[in-house]
Amino acid sequence: MLRYILLRILQAVPVFFGTTFLIYFMVFAMPGDPILAMFGDKTPNPALLESLKAQYNLDKPFIVQYLLYIGDIFQGNFGISYSGREVSAILVKTFPVTLKLAVMAVVLELILSISIGLFSGIRKGKFFDNAMLILSLVLMSLPIFVIAFLAQFFVAIQWGWASPTVGGDTSWLNMLLPAIVLALSLYATSMRLMRGSTVETLGNDFVRTAYSKGLSRRRVIPVHVLRNSLIPVVTNSATNFGILIVGATVTEGIFNVPGVGNTLFQAIVRGERPTVVSFVTVLVIVYVLLNILVDLLYAVLDPRIRYV
Amino acid sequence: MRRLLTATAVASVAALALAGCSNGGGSEGGGSSDDAAIITTNGNEPQNPLIPTNTNEVGGGKILDSIFAGLIYYDADGKEHNEVAKSIESDDATVWDIQLNEGWKFTNGEEVTAKSFVDAWNYGALLSNEQLSSYFFEDIEGFSWDEDSELTGLKIIDDYHFTVTLKHPASDFGQRLGYSAFYPLPSVAFEDMKAFGENPIGNGVYKLAGEDAWEHDVKIDLVTNEDYKGDREAKNGGLTIKFYANQDAAYSDLLADQLDVLDQIPDSAFGSYESDLGDRAVNQPSALFQSFTIGNYIEHFDGEEGNLRRKALSMAINRDEITDVIFQGTRTPASDFTSPVIDGWSDDLEGADVLTYNEEKAKDLWAQADEISPWEGTFQIGYNADGGHQAWVDAVCNSISNVLGIKASGDAYPTFAELREKVTNRTITTATRSGWQADYPGLYNFLGPLYATGAGSNDGDYSSEKFDSLIQEGISATDPEVANQKFQEAQEVLLQDLPAIPLWYQNVVGGYSTLVDNVEFGWNSVPLYYQITKKA
Repeated sequence: MLRYILLRILQAVPVFFGTTFLIYFMVFAMPGDPILAMFGDKTPNPALLESLKAQYNLDKPFIVQYLLYIGDIFQGNFGISYSGREVSAILVKTFPVTLKLAVMAVVLELILSISIGLFSGIRKGKFFDNAMLILSLVLMSLPIFVIAFLAQFFVAIQWGWASPTVGGDTSWLNMLLPAIVLALSLYATSMRLMRGSTVETLGNDFVRTAYSKGLSRRRVIPVHVLRNSLIPVVTNSATNFGILIVGATVTEGIFNVPGVGNTLFQAIVRGERPTVVSFVTVLVIVYVLLNILVDLLYAVLDPRIRYV
Repeated sequence: MRRLLTATAVASVAALALAGCSNGGGSEGGGSSDDAAIITTNGNEPQNPLIPTNTNEVGGGKILDSIFAGLIYYDADGKEHNEVAKSIESDDATVWDIQLNEGWKFTNGEEVTAKSFVDAWNYGALLSNEQLSSYFFEDIEGFSWDEDSELTGLKIIDDYHFTVTLKHPASDFGQRLGYSAFYPLPSVAFEDMKAFGENPIGNGVYKLAGEDAWEHDVKIDLVTNEDYKGDREAKNGGLTIKFYANQDAAYSDLLADQLDVLDQIPDSAFGSYESDLGDRAVNQPSALFQSFTIGNYIEHFDGEEGNLRRKALSMAINRDEITDVIFQGTRTPASDFTSPVIDGWSDDLEGADVLTYNEEKAKDLWAQADEISPWEGTFQIGYNADGGHQAWVDAVCNSISNVLGIKASGDAYPTFAELREKVTNRTITTATRSGWQADYPGLYNFLGPLYATGAGSNDGDYSSEKFDSLIQEGISATDPEVANQKFQEAQEVLLQDLPAIPLWYQNVVGGYSTLVDNVEFGWNSVPLYYQITKKA
């Protein structure tokens, strides 16, 4: 087991170099001069322009810029944003916010999709099941920004139940609305997965055996059905995390959450290489770690995987 | 496994409880700020540390203007009033004599003296300090773009008196002094400018609420500065500037009374903001001029032929209809090259009829140009797709295409940075959208930097001896009336030559919540925060 974990972590090393290089290259390839853009419609003096470019290594060829950047990272220095702030400081400030939002969303989504999916699966074809399937179809077809704007308009502005934006107050309560929006955007797929796998599990021999042993529903459903139906949902929630980060860019913008999505968007607009690359790198690392975590969770859910 | 199910149940209950609680959460957030009479307003995370000479964008500028007091300040109409300065005088527009009021202090207790200004300006001007606004000191003797050089034109006479000698006459120099680049700095700033920029110490109406008042990407908290000595006394307890990455979020906060003043309604709400806000909606012209520029170096746009084509294009644009339909009345059709909020502005300049829609004349002029050299191809306007320009560019092109019967279309560049690079390197082969936001309320600021021969932002490489000499006469005249007269005459030259096609003045479109009163917007589109009062 330990060897398995170590191997998985080692695999993250080439992923790290590959992604930073690719991202750096892509941001480098973005046309336009970011320093020039800092001056708006005004054209700066060439001398000032040159000297500012040199400060951010923008006057050097791509590969030199990249190596300087990587060299700095190994000294624990993520570089300086064009606003003169340390990128590491921005990372430390924004990541916890987005993680908190993502965790809230995933927890809400899992609670909703597992409980409703399980119940729907058990009552396949009944009214509740059909109602939930229609609801999930509606949710699936709505883009996230539509859900977000609707929630913001009705819940926050019309009914006054929550603050329309998060801003500086990143408490659990204040982030509940964007978290629900994110959760809803993921809910439909997970719920359908859960429902499907519940239906499948229910038809399995071991369930029939359990019942025929005289076990009650209260024992069979949680132990035999729920546990065995969870695997696809768990896999899905790891992929969901990636969707969450993408969705967060939209949701964080709409709800003004001072998190990764918002900051990353601004940095891309400004063509800030150090900020964009560092952010994406950390995102990749989080994603890789999460996948490892999911693989380990399989082992918990299904002993057969544990011994492979 | 029973444990798992129980845990799920507990979590569900907790989630429901949380959801239920959110009722109280929203209203609590709004109520707490009432007591202190703190005004909340929208802003952006400053792009740079808060150093006056290194801030050239609105987000940081708004904060600096609140925490610093300069030699002069501008009122809502853009008129200047002495603030730290007791008097600013010049006989020849070259040597300026500046006397200071006594008793002004920075919030760390240090006195504001002539040295506070001279040191700050020298810092801002020094080449190796790479300050974004260093060009403001260009006119002062000793300034250099080639090497580090002291501003030898600055002479301290005594603690409250200094003189400024310029390289050449600039009659509006006194008028510029309210811009943030000219703010004084306390001596502590020069010990560690970066640290100072995180936690600036000023002498203005407000001051930072404390060490951590600037919460990056979130907000900055300002409170009233009791030591402030000027006329702009704060009628409220302070100012919280909340940073928004997108204006729609700010607008939602305004509608929910979670934000008191918004100085930029998002485009998406142009159709509804007046009905949403009623008499709390604000829509007035500002010091922002928009145009498109056609470089002389572009084929068919040089000499006599180019002149005819420029005029034809200008008269083929139905500005009234476009500002009305595309911008829902949030732009004002242009009648000159400056802005109506600037003193000396006029809407009856000779030749201004070239800015009115006239199909017949436009066709006629275009035909005359075709006789010189026949037009072929497509007329294009380059714009950056990240700035919300597509709708009007398409409308302008349609208007041109309908009237002149030629192909016209927009040419989108994904980012602003890309467009600016092409424009600066002169690799662009089409017309380009252009615009100008004034740094100080003076006519010259809209003309000199843009159209004078060889000027920094003269992106179309326009050159006219007549224009240059009129501008020169204006900037040398010590009588503001005479100066403005010359600037108007210079504009009449521009209306003849059309180095840029004026389109419209951008309005400031904003609004305020039901919780505040006395909201007035300044000449530069920023509300006069100190006047705002919170309703009891």
